[in-house]
Amino acid sequence: MSDFEIVRREDFSDVTYLLEVRHPMMARAARPGQFVIVMLHEHGERIPLTIADYDRERGTITLVIQTVGKTTREMQQACRVGSRLYGLVGPMGVPTALGHAKKVVCVGGGLGVAPIFPQALGHKEAGAYVVAVLGFRTQKLVFWEDKFRRVCDELILCTNDGSAGMRGLITDGVQEALARHDDIDEVVAIGPPVMMKACAEVTRPRAIKTTVSVNPIMVDGTGMCGGCRIKVGDQVKFACVDGPDFDGHRVDFDDLMTRLARYKSEERAAEERFSASCRMANDSALQVLAGIAAGSAPKSDGADPLDPFEQTLGG
Amino acid sequence: MAKKKTVRTIPQSRTPMPEQEPQVRARNFDEVACGYSPAHALREADRCLECPDEPCVRGCPVGVDIPGFIKRIAARDLRGAYDTLTNTNLLPAVCGRVCPQENQCEGVCTVGDTLEPVAIGRLERFVGDTAIREGWANVPYVEPVRFRVGIVGSGPAGMACAADMAKAGCDVTVYEAFHQPGGVLRYGIPDFRLPNEVIDAEIANLGKLGVKFECNTLVGRLFTIEQMVDELGYDAVFIGVGAGYPSMLSIPGDSLNGVLSANELLTRCNLMRARDFPVFDTPVPAGRRVAVVGAGNTAMDAMRVSLRLGAEKVYCIYRRSRTEAPARLEEVHHAEQEGVEFHWLTNPVAVLDDGHGSARGLRCVRMTLGEPDASGRRRPVAVPGSEFDFETDLVVYAIGTNANPIMGQTSGLKLNERGYIATDDELATSLAGVFAGGDIVTGAATVIQAMGAGRRAARSIKRYLGLRDSATAGSGATLFGIDLAEHGFTRVRTA
Repeated sequence: MSDFEIVRREDFSDVTYLLEVRHPMMARAARPGQFVIVMLHEHGERIPLTIADYDRERGTITLVIQTVGKTTREMQQACRVGSRLYGLVGPMGVPTALGHAKKVVCVGGGLGVAPIFPQALGHKEAGAYVVAVLGFRTQKLVFWEDKFRRVCDELILCTNDGSAGMRGLITDGVQEALARHDDIDEVVAIGPPVMMKACAEVTRPRAIKTTVSVNPIMVDGTGMCGGCRIKVGDQVKFACVDGPDFDGHRVDFDDLMTRLARYKSEERAAEERFSASCRMANDSALQVLAGIAAGSAPKSDGADPLDPFEQTLGG
Repeated sequence: MAKKKTVRTIPQSRTPMPEQEPQVRARNFDEVACGYSPAHALREADRCLECPDEPCVRGCPVGVDIPGFIKRIAARDLRGAYDTLTNTNLLPAVCGRVCPQENQCEGVCTVGDTLEPVAIGRLERFVGDTAIREGWANVPYVEPVRFRVGIVGSGPAGMACAADMAKAGCDVTVYEAFHQPGGVLRYGIPDFRLPNEVIDAEIANLGKLGVKFECNTLVGRLFTIEQMVDELGYDAVFIGVGAGYPSMLSIPGDSLNGVLSANELLTRCNLMRARDFPVFDTPVPAGRRVAVVGAGNTAMDAMRVSLRLGAEKVYCIYRRSRTEAPARLEEVHHAEQEGVEFHWLTNPVAVLDDGHGSARGLRCVRMTLGEPDASGRRRPVAVPGSEFDFETDLVVYAIGTNANPIMGQTSGLKLNERGYIATDDELATSLAGVFAGGDIVTGAATVIQAMGAGRRAARSIKRYLGLRDSATAGSGATLFGIDLAEHGFTRVRTA
């Protein structure tokens, strides 16, 4: 098996980082569209992260993580080259169906950029013409542009502020791709639910098959708890074993967003507590000298307020 | 020479087991039943008549030599009692706690014809706990054979199969998808019924037998069953992955926040230690008024966990009457004592939305019992116009499970029409060298039935590998000498 050693780390920005973890067996088994569940330490929670890349020769899998809550921030601090994750299980979920589409648009928004990569590569290797549409808030957050250029036939980059690529929302990029090509067989979209929902609405009038990859709250990831259930058409599906890929035109995104927010207050409390404890650790020497009570540590570290929907972005 | 015991000469009443007071225990996760002292055990052991026909042994799914171990307790030979027990059952501290003895050994006890039956389960637990405390482990000398056996799932079926295969000299590896082994014993059964230390001790004993546990391994996805045989070099494979996939009610409001399966509640609380949030990172929904739908053992666990998490009110909502409730009587009794409010003949029709996507109530109808249905139980029928609402902020579904799809998705195993793995009477699957047992074959059942299936599969595997099995040598008779159906083990659905 593996002891889940981190062999490479790369920081894309102060909120996004890449971890490459040694797990030769998983590197061999992983397919586009699959995810893992990670536990940082014995007291940690189990968080689902989409596999962003795998290298069978190096025997590694790659995760790209955005700090959206306590666990992802703690991982940002704790995960160094040479350190180990407490738990890593996968690959989970049904692999993406490949080979049926001749022309595919792969859409990645924000942190959806990393998990769309294996799908773009998979479609390319299966012989499809691949157009990638990548969306970021601003140029500073852009990553993997080159990596996508190497495997895709076309790349449309959009930023909300126009600091890189075209200015606009990611749906504008999708519109652009649809304008360039009238023979698109499938659109694959990964990102926050609001973004996937918007993409599905762009393609719905033209009835282009649209696949989305959902990432709801999970515990086991093996179909055992039902916490990740979502509504697809008139059916209830478990994202972990029936998905995570579903027909974007049939997913009930509003339901998904409501369900994603169900531990919002606990998540916020945990993160505030974590921020406070970090500050206490940094300032502990000073505090001892100054005799400041630990409880008086500031509760907020000035980070951006949490967007609960970004929890869905996965790795 | 000692006089022969009769029902007149033995202690007449069953020795009670000390318990935490209901009001106290309903607010903590410590074990409810505190276990026998040596004095208690001696008194209770004295109640066994050592009758010659030993109905209790036939009543036990794994055929434990019950009079044998009780006799040794009476002789103050606890180590001997432990040795006798572990000849057939490697997990006495677990089974003593969670077996439904009233339907098995104790249900057929000769003393029980006249008086209360001998408290076999409590005595078994006493011996098991003593062994853990004393650090006893029976590691028989085993002549290694060259076979490797892979076991998928570390729950009761997998553990029982692993123990028997290790004792037969095989090199045994158990794969578990979670980060800790134990399966349902770990994630499902709460600490107040089965403390984690007991599970740890039993697993450590398997380790002493040479069994290796590999956690964080999702078989089917990381490697397939076929790869275990073709590439990983396993001579035989046993699949005991449990049923999983909880049923939802399919009523309006199912997906509201505050509606979850008992499996999710229990896994968060037991395995992920959400009750110790924020020391542990996993949260659990805090319900002030909790409605648990269902009346099986899992439902009882969910209710009692909810009380301990601080709920003010816990309701049991069940569409049939108490007589039909699938839970053990003792569990219903414990839940009642702790303050759970039972609403029999009540069926949910909708979860009510608070306007922000969370549950605020549960709309139910009254039921009445009609003609018996396919399960032999009287069919509940809704009373027209009887709708009423419970105020509740957490609704827990404990209405059974369906087959987990992963094995079917990832292997060529033949499944039955309900999606469970199809096996023959020897628990062999459609793939050569691959055996399966427990909930993934039968649908949801009990811990001891799963252990029974694991042991049955072990015997089949030994035959398949051509290993001698002393227990079956010379006879092709029924593996346990009992017909499970005769002992009321046919129930697989709890809804």
